[in-house]
Amino acid sequence: MSAINREQVAHLAELAHIEMTEEELARVAGELDLIVSSVASVSEAAGPDVPATSHPLPLQNVFREDVVGETLTQEEALSNAPDSQDGKFRVPAILDGE
Amino acid sequence: MSERIVELSAADLAARLASGDVSSVDAVNAHFEQIDATEGHAVEPEDRHQGTDGLNAFLHRNREGALQVAREVDQARANGEQLHELAGVPIAVKDLIVTKGQPTTAASRMLEGWMSPYDATVTKKLRAAKMPLLGKTNLDEFAMGSSTEHSAFGPTRNPWDLNRIPGGSGGGSAAAVSAFQAPLALGTDTGGSIRQPAAVTGTVGVKPTYGSVSRYGVIAMASSLDQVGPCSRTVLDSALLHEVIAGHDPQDSTSLTDPVGSFAAAARQGAEDGGLKGLRVGVVKQLTGEGFQAGVQQRFNEAVELLQSAGAEVVEVETPNFEYALGAYYLIMSSEVSSNLAKYDGVRFGLRVVPEGNPTIERVMGASRAAGFGAEVKRRIILGTYALSAGYYDAYYGSAQQVRTLVQRDFNAAFEKVDVLISPTAPTTAFTIGGVDESADPMQMYLNDIATIPTNLAGIPAISLPGGLAPEDDLPVGIQFMAPAREDARVYRAGAGLERLLEEKWGGPVWASRNDVATTVRDFAAGAALGGK
Amino acid sequence: MSEDVLSFEEAMERFDPVLGFEVHVELNTNTKMFDAAPNTFGDDPNTNITPVSLGLPGVLPVINGKAVESAIKLGLALNCSIAPKCHFARKNYFYPDTPKNFQTSQYDEPIAFDGQLDLELEDGTPFSIEIERAHMEEDAGKLTHVGGATGRIQGASHSLVDYNRSGVPLIEIVTKPIVGAGSRAPELARVYVAAIREIVKNLGISDARMERGNVRCDANVSLMPKGATVFGTRSETKNVNSLRAVERAVRFEIQRHAAVLSAGEKIVQETRHWHEDTRSTTSGRPKSDADDYRYFPEPDLVPVVTTQAWIEELRATLPEPPAQRRKRLKNDWGYSDEEFRDVVNAGVMDEIEQTIAAGASAAVARKWWMGEIARLAKQAEVEIVDLPVTPAHVVEVNALIDEGKINDKLAKKVIGFVIEGEGSPSEIVEARGLAVVSDDGALTAAVDDAMTQMPDVVEKIKGGKVQAVGALIGPVMKATRGQADAGRVRQIILERLGVQG
Repeated sequence: MSAINREQVAHLAELAHIEMTEEELARVAGELDLIVSSVASVSEAAGPDVPATSHPLPLQNVFREDVVGETLTQEEALSNAPDSQDGKFRVPAILDGE
Repeated sequence: MSERIVELSAADLAARLASGDVSSVDAVNAHFEQIDATEGHAVEPEDRHQGTDGLNAFLHRNREGALQVAREVDQARANGEQLHELAGVPIAVKDLIVTKGQPTTAASRMLEGWMSPYDATVTKKLRAAKMPLLGKTNLDEFAMGSSTEHSAFGPTRNPWDLNRIPGGSGGGSAAAVSAFQAPLALGTDTGGSIRQPAAVTGTVGVKPTYGSVSRYGVIAMASSLDQVGPCSRTVLDSALLHEVIAGHDPQDSTSLTDPVGSFAAAARQGAEDGGLKGLRVGVVKQLTGEGFQAGVQQRFNEAVELLQSAGAEVVEVETPNFEYALGAYYLIMSSEVSSNLAKYDGVRFGLRVVPEGNPTIERVMGASRAAGFGAEVKRRIILGTYALSAGYYDAYYGSAQQVRTLVQRDFNAAFEKVDVLISPTAPTTAFTIGGVDESADPMQMYLNDIATIPTNLAGIPAISLPGGLAPEDDLPVGIQFMAPAREDARVYRAGAGLERLLEEKWGGPVWASRNDVATTVRDFAAGAALGGK
Repeated sequence: MSEDVLSFEEAMERFDPVLGFEVHVELNTNTKMFDAAPNTFGDDPNTNITPVSLGLPGVLPVINGKAVESAIKLGLALNCSIAPKCHFARKNYFYPDTPKNFQTSQYDEPIAFDGQLDLELEDGTPFSIEIERAHMEEDAGKLTHVGGATGRIQGASHSLVDYNRSGVPLIEIVTKPIVGAGSRAPELARVYVAAIREIVKNLGISDARMERGNVRCDANVSLMPKGATVFGTRSETKNVNSLRAVERAVRFEIQRHAAVLSAGEKIVQETRHWHEDTRSTTSGRPKSDADDYRYFPEPDLVPVVTTQAWIEELRATLPEPPAQRRKRLKNDWGYSDEEFRDVVNAGVMDEIEQTIAAGASAAVARKWWMGEIARLAKQAEVEIVDLPVTPAHVVEVNALIDEGKINDKLAKKVIGFVIEGEGSPSEIVEARGLAVVSDDGALTAAVDDAMTQMPDVVEKIKGGKVQAVGALIGPVMKATRGQADAGRVRQIILERLGVQG
């Protein structure tokens, strides 16, 4: 695996929606590179015949009855909102102004 | 009477409550006295971010709420009502588990001040059993860490040495139980967050079989690894608490439908004369030797010899794929973290930071997450984002899930030969606060979890119990038993058996030799005040 | 950016269109896909909410079993294979209408795949569409943009979010690339979406109201030069939420692509937004995450495993497929191609079927639904089915005619009064005294009256000019306000004058 550079971390930070300073990007790039090289052997551990395990204990078909349960009131729903208006959550503009 | 209420085990306290010897209000008050005397501040200060010169095990104290439940219990008992065995026994709850009416922060600035409008299933179960909730305990932010240093509200200190870490992420729960602030606590264990703190604080902690305790209302770190479990000072106490919190929950799709096991009965059986006779114990070769502190290894070896002398059949087992477990764990955990923590964006709840100018929601999200998350959380989110991103998925996440299969196979093969596996819980005793420079090498901190991680990958149950103090530093060492999935009773049987053998050898519980924690805290605070000048 | 369009005819001369559709169907389950919040439309904002729909810390999803059954039924109706085992995955992207900042969807293992839907274009031309997959997922919340022009996201100062819709069960149906439609492409688009809407409505799994967003279409369009086999770059037009808009949007995109390509420029692979007001599309801002959703198996949910027995049990509950039903009804009713098509287009097939089932003949049912009732609907500018007239009303009206109580002319009035909410046809006839005047006494009086008024006509009739009787019938009908039976009036006149008819 190639070393992880600042640009890659910048892209990852963008995907993860975490603003990072230049210094942070450089530091995280170094850390990530270390971690990734430490865990790289994982990709060589298993042959293609080994199935993946996503759940430690296999269960299947866990369904809910289609019955309405307890709901929050609008007040409860908005009780922790950083900003709200007219019973809705208020957020800044989604697009940059023209 | 010289015996203190706070030093009673939960089982003993429950018996005293039942007999009317002690009231629940007395029990709650006694524990708050201990909390106030050991936390480093008698009342909670406004600004929590600096931490304290005491244990700092609690992020929130639920004094009034706990007393109210205690009064109800005492009244009910006076009325002759049928109560749960643990009714009136106080408990502390890791601040990763949501509680209506009390703040839940996950030890993150992101959730500072957040009040959950709903209760976690385990919280509901505690309320149903009428156990007074003492408050919410400190942890590494979003349960990411092995030292509780990553709390946004200052580190928790180890009651055995206030300059040392109490383990993590559940350092608050372990320290609280260790320092008699609470007889019982709830923790969560994703890669060892219950067991490693138990090991370094000289307490007991259990990670149940994945799916046996509901995760609903437990702030997710890594969904396929997280499990809630008990923290206590005795094996029996953990068993009793485990029975309260276990059981199927239709709100958790990964919840098992099996009936709750008889864990307390198993613990009592293990502690009987000859309770370990014929128990087949496997020493995991890959979890001994290199990388383990000498004193840890020594106490571990002694424990194994004791088991043998008590009639257990000890063999060594090989688990070759454990070599890849740590790497696989960090890939799976961080991948799930990166997605589970996406919801913290400052839109519906939590911290919102609005940068200068007229920023878009994108920028507000980015700034809020930058300010709300600490360095370790960001590191793991970025690692997980990388592991899941296009082009790397197969090599990282996909391979890690395959390693999971290999680790399960290792366990399955081992459990064909033995009933339980045994290892040290953590490679070292408690290290000093600030002693590991994670920025220089994050993997060094991760190595703390080397012995606890395989069980999370496989979903199997495990217990950590005190194995004595390491000769070189007089700090607690943890011994871990592991059992096949759904066989949680076995870890209680083996754990209680070993606990009895060790306490007979020591002539009492491991904490009997420790200095009084309140005195230690007072002296430490005074020293810190002097040192500050 | 150039937004020129080429004429459709010119575009068709040079290019072959390739289409693809992603249709999202909102299910009409009682609750959401992964939590027990109610799935209802039009309630106060943020009231159909549980901690799960809001993605609060600590919550977990649980699959709605009914939604899974709906997905399997739809898969079967689209002639798909049903996956023996499938799971959900997380599609990771940040957007304020998505509470967890990931959508729980299906990725590499859809519940239904490899289906086929046989359509008929308006003139009866058959066209077969291959279905790639149908998978389960959840809807997002609803954003309202404030401060900009006409609620658009561009220029808005802020937005408001209502999470009532967040978590509503969706099934996304994805077609394989559709080639060979040629100039029929826009029509095909409409017919396809109409067919999906009809199927889900027929299955009873969705309310299928496009104006409420129950059925939403993303239309992919690309062009390749005539005779080429390599597909061109496509655009994906979103927000196309009526049948007419689907047709227009595809037509517009074909014309736009043609203009871009003809100018020697390249099509940008992008999302386009359809605007009903301008009947055109505009470029959507490409999402920054669009290239990397970091799908991975949803660890909070366990796989869905379908047994053959379960699938067959569901198959047995499927209603007759709409196309097959149409064929059967047309045959049974004996309508001509044109008559039947008119019935289908008017949307009254169910009504006619029920009218016939209640005892009316096929001809009578068609006469009323496609006649007076259709006329009144057109006059009121509403769909026929939206009028408050039922098959039972029609049957009742017809019975009144058969009994001779009213005539056709009165029947039309009665239907008008039914629509105005005056009650059942019998009640209206009673209350308004609309029955045909069959009392000979009253009629005879009216006839005598008329004869007195027109002695010359009476003389003509007496003189053998029997056809002059019509001149007397008119005034009699007028006197009885149309409620007389004209045949009977004629009979009475002739009797009174002693003339043989």
